[in-house]
Amino acid sequence: MATQHSRSAARLMMAPAVILLLGWMLVPLTMTLFFSFKKYLPLRGDSMANGLEWVGFDNYVRFVSSSSFWPSIQATLIIVGGVLAITIVLGVLLAILLDQPMWGQGIVRILVIAPFFVMPTVSALVWKNMFMDPVNGLLAHLWRAFGAEPVQWLSQASLPSLIMIVSWQWLPFATLILLTAIQSLDSEQLEAAEMDGAPVLKRFWFIVLPHLSRAITIVILIQTIFLLALFAEIFVTTGGAFGTKTLSYLIFQRVLESQNVGLGSAGGVYAIILANIVAIFLMRIVGKNLDA
Amino acid sequence: MGRIVLDQVSKSFGEVEVIPPLDLTIEDGEFTVFVGPSGCGKSTLLRLIAGLEDSSGGHIRIDGADATNVPPAKRGLAMVFQSYALYPHMSVRKNIAFPLRMAKLDQVEIDRRVDGAAAVLNLGDYLDRRPGQLSGGQRQRVAIGRAIVREPAAFLFDEPLSNLDAALRVGMRLEISELHKRLQTTMVYVTHDQVEAMTMADKIVVLHAGRVEQVGSPLELYRAPRNTFVAGFIGSPKMNLLEGPEAAKHNARTIGTRPEHIAISETDGEWAGTVGVSEHLGSDTFFHVKCDAFPEPLTVRASGEMTVGYGAKVFLTPDPAHLHRFDEQGLRLE
Ligand SMILES: Nc1ncnc2c1ncn2[C@@H]1O[C@H](COP(=O)(O)OP(=O)(O)OP(=O)(O)O)[C@@H](O)[C@H]1O
Ligand SMILES: [Mg+2]
Repeated sequence: MATQHSRSAARLMMAPAVILLLGWMLVPLTMTLFFSFKKYLPLRGDSMANGLEWVGFDNYVRFVSSSSFWPSIQATLIIVGGVLAITIVLGVLLAILLDQPMWGQGIVRILVIAPFFVMPTVSALVWKNMFMDPVNGLLAHLWRAFGAEPVQWLSQASLPSLIMIVSWQWLPFATLILLTAIQSLDSEQLEAAEMDGAPVLKRFWFIVLPHLSRAITIVILIQTIFLLALFAEIFVTTGGAFGTKTLSYLIFQRVLESQNVGLGSAGGVYAIILANIVAIFLMRIVGKNLDA
Repeated sequence: MGRIVLDQVSKSFGEVEVIPPLDLTIEDGEFTVFVGPSGCGKSTLLRLIAGLEDSSGGHIRIDGADATNVPPAKRGLAMVFQSYALYPHMSVRKNIAFPLRMAKLDQVEIDRRVDGAAAVLNLGDYLDRRPGQLSGGQRQRVAIGRAIVREPAAFLFDEPLSNLDAALRVGMRLEISELHKRLQTTMVYVTHDQVEAMTMADKIVVLHAGRVEQVGSPLELYRAPRNTFVAGFIGSPKMNLLEGPEAAKHNARTIGTRPEHIAISETDGEWAGTVGVSEHLGSDTFFHVKCDAFPEPLTVRASGEMTVGYGAKVFLTPDPAHLHRFDEQGLRLE
């Protein structure tokens, strides 16, 4: 897009998509904002037709002062942080492993990517019933084989269990992006470092990791956006119990279980603000990394 | 010190033997050039010396000590790669300092050596830039800088100039020769460009399909090529290698005569022919002459003043003092 002309032509052609996306975003956003300032309890007879009562910032204050709010923020951060840490550390290791020439490389790569194609609901159910079930689960059998008391995964170790399930789903994504990044590393750079006297770990630290930094930030950015909206996995495993109620799950409960649209909408606005804080934060890092 | 001895060193990739057992001695302080056509195993040989490739047989000795199974970092050699292999996320200073940091030198000493190398290579103004912000020639110098700060026993260069444009290549060629004169350290230099080989080398090693065809000083190779391969490879433009009855007259299968050792005349001479394309370089002119006696056209050098047009009849006379004769196996006859 070098010339004035091609730039304005590009703008013109992009306009329909931009307008559509903007409308797509703006309509629900304004509706959420609108409801968040209203008292809207459908079961108590409130409806759009009768006109909704304007309550100012009441919903906002109630959402934050509810005893579930801070724990939900905490759960969200723990899950997002835990999954990011696990997927990136294991992703880097797996990517390095998969980059080595080995027998059956093609099949191994497909197997590693497979979990990504399993629907979140399905994978969570599989984990819940096949692995983590305290009576019939594989893990319970394993524990018993060693004479240990099976762990009640989803109630006693609910957050770690959830992190494990979600990490399993997202690990292929991280591995795939990191693998392509590793493959683009010039092997002569590694050989030069080897001749310069850098042993394996130092080569990893000084050459491979800096080369991967851009890919890692991209993985963090994309995963964070999706992980903040985590829902299906919580819904089918703990149903928000045992301290696994994240912000998005709390909003769901306010709107659909307590049937309080106004309160849920206020929560939604908080979620938007949180996501934007994270996004700005990440954009800074990515920006710094991308133009290097 | 940097005397490198290869003793029956060979290399195979799976079934394919790229380098058959080979002996070679590189003396301390010598500028040795490996030259040969593409794919003849020059890089492989250099990487064997560097230790980046394991040899399939034989021994490599550096300064008398067996280095065959010594890891690359411990061989005390520094390598400059064709792609420069600079670390893109580090500044020029950090790049040059990297081997010193790995050797755990103290910061004062590191700074001293880096500044010294930067001064030698005119990199002083670029020390805080990233490699991506440098020109090809500057990157090349950073790569050389990274090699010299280690004060290695020998430098290994793998076609370091092939990514540069012609003018810069001539300049860098001089700089590397200059550096060698100043440091007096052994240098092993790989190239497929015989002009680089002729101009820089103390000793040229001509390789062909992994075999050493001839080892000698540039002028030895020019004056007495051991076989037709070396004869055709060294010298620019190529030597004319001629077969047939004219060669038989000299009791040889093949005779060779360099373009600069043929006299061209419009009136009389040994071989009659017609002028084809002529290449004017100003100082010299190269004529491609189709002679009746040979199927291939001959290349002849004449003074830049000489003008004969396309299709003109001319006569060529080879200088008998500079006529090379080769037998059926392509080996030189004295
Ligand atoms: N890792 C490898 N596996 C198999 N064959 C290889 C490998 N590396 C090199 N070869 C083969 O060895 C031969 C010599 O390769 P090498 O790179 O040494 O050539 P070269 O003389 O450096 O050529 P160039 O001037 O093109 O760089 C080539 O035929 C090449 O195909
Ligand atoms: Mg090569």
